[in-house]
Amino acid sequence: MTVIQKNPESPIAHLSDADIEALGKELDALRERVIDSRGQRDADYIRRLIDVQRSLELASRGILLFSLFPPAWLVGTTGLSLSKILENMEIGHNVLHGQWDWMRDPAIHSTTWEWDNVTPADMWKRSHNQLHHTYTNVLGKDNDLGYGIMRVDEDMRWSAFYLAQPLWNFINMLVFEYGIAAYDLEIGKVVKGRKDKGEFWGQAKRVLGKIRRNVTRDYVVHPALSGPSALTTLSANATANLVRNVWTHSVIMCGHFPSGVQTFSKSSIEGETRGQWYLRQMLGAANIDGGPLLHLLTGNLSFQIEHHLFPDLPSNRYQEIAPQVQEIFERYGLVYVSGPMAAQLAQAWWKVVRLSLPNPEPAAEVGVDRPRLVA
Amino acid sequence: MSVRSVIGQAGVRLAQAVATPLVPEDYLDVFAPLHGSSLRARVVAVLPETGDAVTVVLHPGHGWAGHTPGQFVRLGVDVEGVRHWRSYSITSRPDERHLTITVRVQGTVSHYLAQSTRGTIVELQQAMGEFGIQSPAPAKALFVTAGSGITPVMGLLRAVRLADAVIVHSARTAQTVIFGGELRAMAAAGDLTLIEHHTAHAPRLVAADLPRLVPDISQRCAWVSGPNSLIDGIEQLYTDQGWAPPTIERFRARVADVGQGGSVEFARSGISADAPGDSALLDVGEAAGVLMPSGCRMGICFGCVLPLAEGSVRDLRDGTVTTAGHDEPVLIQTCINAAAGPCSLNI
Repeated sequence: MTVIQKNPESPIAHLSDADIEALGKELDALRERVIDSRGQRDADYIRRLIDVQRSLELASRGILLFSLFPPAWLVGTTGLSLSKILENMEIGHNVLHGQWDWMRDPAIHSTTWEWDNVTPADMWKRSHNQLHHTYTNVLGKDNDLGYGIMRVDEDMRWSAFYLAQPLWNFINMLVFEYGIAAYDLEIGKVVKGRKDKGEFWGQAKRVLGKIRRNVTRDYVVHPALSGPSALTTLSANATANLVRNVWTHSVIMCGHFPSGVQTFSKSSIEGETRGQWYLRQMLGAANIDGGPLLHLLTGNLSFQIEHHLFPDLPSNRYQEIAPQVQEIFERYGLVYVSGPMAAQLAQAWWKVVRLSLPNPEPAAEVGVDRPRLVA
Repeated sequence: MSVRSVIGQAGVRLAQAVATPLVPEDYLDVFAPLHGSSLRARVVAVLPETGDAVTVVLHPGHGWAGHTPGQFVRLGVDVEGVRHWRSYSITSRPDERHLTITVRVQGTVSHYLAQSTRGTIVELQQAMGEFGIQSPAPAKALFVTAGSGITPVMGLLRAVRLADAVIVHSARTAQTVIFGGELRAMAAAGDLTLIEHHTAHAPRLVAADLPRLVPDISQRCAWVSGPNSLIDGIEQLYTDQGWAPPTIERFRARVADVGQGGSVEFARSGISADAPGDSALLDVGEAAGVLMPSGCRMGICFGCVLPLAEGSVRDLRDGTVTTAGHDEPVLIQTCINAAAGPCSLNI
């Protein structure tokens, strides 16, 4: 039994062990239904998406060769920003989750994919797929809770460093691509001498190699090819990278930081069953309401709950199963956290601002041995 | 180095710098799949042969290195979104513009190919296989074939002129002989001697029939292509008689020894599966969604080799058990090894 059930404020106090196991079985069955029905339609979806993204990128870079003309700059920058967002979110993130491995196409496979992000795919897969998705919202285990630079839960111990965390978060947003690389390199651990130096330098070399290639592409070769438009192409590429950084950072903030999302203590996951694991995923993520374009541009992380339940199901299916997942939430008396992007983002930012200060009643609140509502 | 190649190389490097983290071929995939990131072919025509066989004419894409007579090629197609591969003997001559294969319509890939239309793009691997005729060709040759085993022999006969060739071919009836018309025409023109054996009217062809059908069998270089039972019998005959061993083309790895299976872990993929004692680990891995390297699937090409980190595997051909030492992985061919108890592969 997880500690969460002993908590009188707990949102799952009404569930017995048997309920939780039944819940797990229902979700397993849902997952099985999707797996059995994967086929041509899904394969066509990802292939068409990759074709569209690559065509969009080529067209945008082509238009930017004439970026000296403001309309060309505007169209090219918009196209390249969208292309980078698609490449990172709906394609890269999801391919690297192994969502398309079942197609057995070596060109669209989690073990061969590399993305337009300075963190190498295999390093990101370790920190994201293995750590974050396994230990979702477990304090002290899931470093995505604040990325090591922020305090995003009352149960995280306050220090003066966090006073400036709105600023840290803002800077991280602007350079998110590099923030992720620094995070995957576990720079915090290196500073504290808790990471093998040899391993770090091996990884750092690979990150620097990717940075060099990306910088060469966006800030040297493409501008050089633009001739008289060199400077405007450089600014276009910088803008596209910035837009992508701000967008991905915002989407990811909406995934785990809004009000109503639960966190868990380390001890609460000891001996966790399949049903309990599912339950933690259900309570530890939040969705974003919106239309088809929003879902596409968030890489379907607007269905963060469905994604956390089934990280390796094809992303185009999350929207389809969302009503069934929501129905399960209702039947088991659980809160399906979802809201419009502006509201979710505002809540997440407010949490960053609020928790930059120590808790109002420290004596009653401090301690990491029990999970709690973090709203 | 010529000016042209210097400019060409600079162009390639420039394209690579712009395409990173992909390669330029990834973008060609969108517009020109035959020049893209993997070797592919385009279906030019699908022509009917006898009842359940069709000939597929293919235009191989950029990077195709050609073939030698008697070789086979692996084709990959996406059925219901999942890639499937199968090997087919090449029946066209190396100097022809197009590549042809003849397919008996019985499996997933064959059905897909038979129903494909002009312009369909399929995945391709380079030709492989050792079923060839050495140069100079032997004075007297014997080909023993059954069913679709005729296809690699057709690839040889069309490409290599033989002074004295005998073909013993077994099929159900005269009508079901693939390339029946062409073979009979070659026989009528005196290019070869054709001995047809029809199992609808006679017992199955066995090795012991051969000395009666071909009295000078001991003087002939032999090629055998067909089901494993026929091949095994003929190999035994040649060993017993002390004749030079025939050249063999199998379509399926011979399974001699089946033991108990076990659970297999594909360690780096984070996937585990139950592996029956009669299933090659390659098939088990593919079914579980692991991106397994593969090649001939018959234990020949070593394209499927992976490190066995822990546990034991059994060679399906002869029962040899291979066990990984402590912290000492051994390389195994996954296409002809089955689990012998729990084991772990480094992929």
